[in-house]
Amino acid sequence: MATANTVPAPRTAPSRSSLAVLRSEARLFLREPGSLFWILAFPTVLLTILGLIPSFREHDDALGGRRVIDLYVPVAVLLAMIMAGLQAMPPVLTGYRERGILRRMSTTPVRPSAVLGAQIVLHGAAALGSTLLVMAVGRIAFGVRLPGQPFGYLLGLLLAVACVLALGALVCAVSRTTKIAAAIGSAVFFLMMFTAGVWVPVQVMPDVLRHIVQVTPFGAASQVLDRAATGAWPSWAYLGVVALWTVLAAAGAIRTFRWE
Amino acid sequence: MLAGMAIIEVNGVRKTYAGRPVVDGVSFSVDEGEIFGILGPNGAGKTTIVECVEGLRVPDAGTVRVAGLDPVADHDRVTLLLGAQLQESELQPKITVGEALELYSAFYPHPADWRPLAERLGLHTMLSTRFGRLSGGQKQRLSIAMALVGNPRVVVLDELTTGLDPRARRDTWQLIEDVRGSGVTVVLVTHFMEEAQRLCDRIAVIDRGTLAALDTPSGLIARTGSSTAISFTPSEPLPDAELSGLPGASSYENRNGRISINGTDETVNAVISLLARLRITAQQLRVAEATLDDAFLDLTEHPGPADERGLTEQAA
Repeated sequence: MATANTVPAPRTAPSRSSLAVLRSEARLFLREPGSLFWILAFPTVLLTILGLIPSFREHDDALGGRRVIDLYVPVAVLLAMIMAGLQAMPPVLTGYRERGILRRMSTTPVRPSAVLGAQIVLHGAAALGSTLLVMAVGRIAFGVRLPGQPFGYLLGLLLAVACVLALGALVCAVSRTTKIAAAIGSAVFFLMMFTAGVWVPVQVMPDVLRHIVQVTPFGAASQVLDRAATGAWPSWAYLGVVALWTVLAAAGAIRTFRWE
Repeated sequence: MLAGMAIIEVNGVRKTYAGRPVVDGVSFSVDEGEIFGILGPNGAGKTTIVECVEGLRVPDAGTVRVAGLDPVADHDRVTLLLGAQLQESELQPKITVGEALELYSAFYPHPADWRPLAERLGLHTMLSTRFGRLSGGQKQRLSIAMALVGNPRVVVLDELTTGLDPRARRDTWQLIEDVRGSGVTVVLVTHFMEEAQRLCDRIAVIDRGTLAALDTPSGLIARTGSSTAISFTPSEPLPDAELSGLPGASSYENRNGRISINGTDETVNAVISLLARLRITAQQLRVAEATLDDAFLDLTEHPGPADERGLTEQAA
């Protein structure tokens, strides 16, 4: 076909377009004060309130000589991740799908997966930023020691972030509308907060409950972070549990996600 | 440009949803540089057809080519050539007009300069306005700008003026003519007759998933049995015998002394010379050209248009 010769050489550098999408989504992310508060501020605020309770700053033999506030640093870290991946991200992506933003983008040389990628990067970065804030405030205000096994802790953090983002993506994938996403999000949210130890830290749960909770993504992540905090290399079994959940959720999301 | 060369070729496209054929064997081609209308009642399958052209849907059967490329298999190349304005598509509520244009221009290797484009569309005064605060007309103008920002050779505009007030609609029409003036082929999906008649070089009439007709607006109008309607009240009664034999007339009616004749231009001339010969004056003489409305109703009327016309002739 003669007309085919006049077609310009295919595609702009994908990285340039993806960066433009990331920049644009970052700007929009900063315009959502609600998300910013719940992801970046709330976990630290919660840690601060708990830290202001005098008895939480006393060493407790039942906790192996540690303090309640020491246990709550990883809990607040996991809370930040749950806020980012399961509360903030799913409504954004389902909203984009509902409003036809992803479809609109499909008619350009950019794939709508660039938006999905940007959202994952942004929410992951916000969760990790919040983690740093929680650890800094814990260290400076309440004298919580930095993790004794930093590499194990870092590995645990990265796995937990990956896991929560995969779960969030799965929520987007199975929710046809923003309303459904919000409903699933909040139903799962309380369960996740419980298993992460927001009400009772996993380490002080009764045995039977703990055995159940530690096979959930955040129960296991909590065990990983707790162990790394005390200076030991986290158990591969718990790392494996988090990794398995991540793989399952990601595979489920990829299989079921619809662009429209 | 390569006037007269097909830039879009749709061949025997069929698309079924849940066992129900929505598009059933539609074929047409769009020449480079024309404004091509796709007209049809709601639910006729217009949007599905253009979604196949845009590569958003995969036809169950048939082929679609844009500049010789398959919009699905060669999606990346086709997106560089084809700008789309989708029906009911929104943007992020907090993105501003300027940010949206800048973002979309970054998607293309050789984009149009988005600032003059915004100015041409009257968007330059609202570059920092968020999408969520734009009026319906402003959103439409932004979506046209976004369809043009990649410097496409074809733009597909779906239900462009739905929801616009009459002034905004007319402004948009002017804009579409300007776009074509700059050498871009325009595919316009609409259910507004006036819009199609005014803008389109050729129109595909889609009815219940099939191509009911494909012609120029005047060609479509001429297909209706009577393209011209003549009515008048004669100063004195006219003999029926004189009126019944008029050339080109398809129907004739005398209601309380007012004569209505459907026919062609030839009929008009014959009526005028008849009146002159009989020295009869025609009061309140009206000669109206049939509009695309008539043609459209004729083409999409159910049951079959032939039956309807038969009835009219009997009545005459």
